[in-house]
Amino acid sequence: MTAAAQAATTAPHTLTTAAGTGTGGILLWVVLPYLALAVFVLGHVWRYRYDKFGWTTRSSQLYENRLLRIGSPLFHFGVLVVLLGHIGGLVVPKSWTEAAGIGEDAYHATAVALGTVAGVCTLGGLAILVYRRRTVGPVFSATTRNDKAMYASLTATIVLGLAATVAANLVGGGYDYRETISVWFRSIFSLRPDPDRMTGAPILFQLHAISAMLLFAAWPFTRLVHMLTAPVGYLTRPYIVYRSRDTRLGARAPRRGWERIG
Amino acid sequence: MRVMAQMAMVMNLDKCIGCHTCSVTCKQAWTNRTGVEYVWFNNVETRPGQGYPRRYEDQDTWQGGWELNKRGRLTLKAGGRLKKLISIFSNPKLPSLDDYYEPWTYDYETLTNAPLQEHTPVARPKSLISGKDMKISWSANWDDDLAGSAEHGEKDVLLREVSEKIKLEFEQTFMFYLPRICEHCLNPSCAASCPSGALYKRTEDGIVLVDQDRCRGWRMCVTGCPYKKVYFNHRTGKAEKCTFCFPRVEVGLPTVCSETCVGRLRYIGLVLYDADRVLPAACTPDDTDLYEAQRQVFLDPHDPHVAAEAERAGIPRDWIEAARRSPVYALINTYRVALPLHPEYRTLPMVWYIPPLSPVVDAVRDTGHDAEDHRTLFAAVDALRIPVDYLAQLFTAGDPAPVDAVLRRLAAMRSYLRDINLGREPDASIPAAVGMSEEEMYDMYRLLALAKYDERYVIPPAHAEQAHQLEELATECSLDREGGPGMGGWGPFGESSGGAAPIAVENYRALHDRQTSDTPAAPVDKETRVNLLNWDGKGSPPGLFPPRPPTGGAAGSAGRGGEVEPKP
Repeated sequence: MTAAAQAATTAPHTLTTAAGTGTGGILLWVVLPYLALAVFVLGHVWRYRYDKFGWTTRSSQLYENRLLRIGSPLFHFGVLVVLLGHIGGLVVPKSWTEAAGIGEDAYHATAVALGTVAGVCTLGGLAILVYRRRTVGPVFSATTRNDKAMYASLTATIVLGLAATVAANLVGGGYDYRETISVWFRSIFSLRPDPDRMTGAPILFQLHAISAMLLFAAWPFTRLVHMLTAPVGYLTRPYIVYRSRDTRLGARAPRRGWERIG
Repeated sequence: MRVMAQMAMVMNLDKCIGCHTCSVTCKQAWTNRTGVEYVWFNNVETRPGQGYPRRYEDQDTWQGGWELNKRGRLTLKAGGRLKKLISIFSNPKLPSLDDYYEPWTYDYETLTNAPLQEHTPVARPKSLISGKDMKISWSANWDDDLAGSAEHGEKDVLLREVSEKIKLEFEQTFMFYLPRICEHCLNPSCAASCPSGALYKRTEDGIVLVDQDRCRGWRMCVTGCPYKKVYFNHRTGKAEKCTFCFPRVEVGLPTVCSETCVGRLRYIGLVLYDADRVLPAACTPDDTDLYEAQRQVFLDPHDPHVAAEAERAGIPRDWIEAARRSPVYALINTYRVALPLHPEYRTLPMVWYIPPLSPVVDAVRDTGHDAEDHRTLFAAVDALRIPVDYLAQLFTAGDPAPVDAVLRRLAAMRSYLRDINLGREPDASIPAAVGMSEEEMYDMYRLLALAKYDERYVIPPAHAEQAHQLEELATECSLDREGGPGMGGWGPFGESSGGAAPIAVENYRALHDRQTSDTPAAPVDKETRVNLLNWDGKGSPPGLFPPRPPTGGAAGSAGRGGEVEPKP
């Protein structure tokens, strides 16, 4: 709520700077991103406090492994490369890569090639996983409505993203999103939202961004939360974990005034 | 020296009759829920046989446990940290449900609501995974009592290592039961395999547990455990395993499997060990030396130096006292009749076994010789290489010498005690032949044959000053919470989301008090209210039954026109 309120207070300020942006543009490129961000962060905090037990991958490998063995790594490695690509494209300013001696053409060629391959892998993996989910009986019966909504949202975002790249770069003459979308993206986090940059972007990019924001808002309430606990700590921790008996009383937190002291 | 305490178990296989009571009671207590229908924290296998899950001992396939790499360093057989993270999206070595079995129920409803028809209605088996009709083709103990061994007998992993002769003759030769629970290893490879660090070893008593709040369902522990005693709950998406019934053990009660064991073959006690010696012992180059190396990890609780170090390490005095009386330590190190299960996995398991002498005795009896004569028995242990080689595959990584020594000790005990029971002069040369004194032999007999309850289970309760930390010492009704047991159902994120349910409904302290008291547990105040879930019929708590009629004798009640007992 605080971030939403903040968005509301910052909106008039940006109105003056972004004279060309209408109310719709403000809603989509200023209000929605802050709302999504707030829900994403607070949602995870709430979910972690309320539902540690439900915080799991909910793996269905025990039911079926033949399709999963191909589909799951394809999807996950694909989506990891896509994530890296988004960090490279959205977070790193164009001036940095140029300072590092990477020209626009070189960057563009790498990004399109890598992005397309990763996108196709991700989508292919996702297709296998969705097919598996629908056709393998036990997997389907373990699928909740929540899962189905999540799959729809995730698929829409990935398809739109891939379509935007393909339409703009492979079919069209190329679109330098680093001049527009990336600047808008960073402006959100520097708390000086710049919706102007977004209003002129191709419709597929806009749709991709909107679906992604909706996906992020739904994220904490789906099984996707497992991403946030990716076990990178395993690389450094000692093999055997020793722990003392839980200091907590029983299976639930003590009542107020009855907490342990000392 | 870093002294730690470990709760451990020894099972006397000679006494196991394969009744599966331990498995059934354990299942009722721990795994009678959806998602773990196929899970048996405790299972009883017939050996020779494939085990559960099928052929779990074939580490070439399942890659469980540890191994030494070329530089002699201990590594996980299924691969190190990086390999684990790279294969996290699809664990390549996870047993499928077919390797366990597809759980089922029966369509009992048809029996009562089927319309009138020519043939008797039948209750068809329905899969608990897909909900469809299924053909039952395997279970957790499908090859019980060597069933189907003509077809499946060859699939026993250990027979690969033993001579050709057994493969042809083992049906006539021997058979025994092997009850298995989690080994609560000193060097647990399941914990080492867990990417999230959710599997941990408790510092107080060495019990290996899964933190249900930290488990993310990466499934690597299932692969890591060579005994395949960590299971994946396919409904909650979390790993589950044998807990050594810690809510019971914490208040001094034996585990459910031990308490209900018909043959009284389980022993529970503390073992003190030196944590600094664990890794060197697990790195012992030769597989066959691992049994001896692990024995050296254990500390003698009678040694004053050890006791002083233990006290410095924060182990309570009564725990050290309990470690001195521990039947487990006695069977492992004093009498040296207990052996570890598959030491070659290098996890330093802590559930040990006394190998069965019965196959040998039976074979001798069948030849018409005196099966209780120690000379005959000693000769038979030597001659009957078949069971000894097989047992060595199970307990000593293939070295027959320690198994041989244990069987000789057990045989000697039989002969020595027969003389006593028949009123003959006991023969001191029999214990001497196996390196024991007469007194030691009698003590061993007492522990193994008489096996008194309080000698089998020496379980110091967790400490009074720590009592408020115990999981099951509910100071309030554990049902009295939102989403508690019975309320059930699906939360917003799937079944049982929003906090774990209490581990058990029973208040084990109350149960323990009632079992050990000799007065009826009629409550006089609120603290000792009877919990109907574990009321065992002792006494009659107020309010449970309607008030008795005034004591006017039988004539009085008959006179009021009630039902009268029929006269004989």
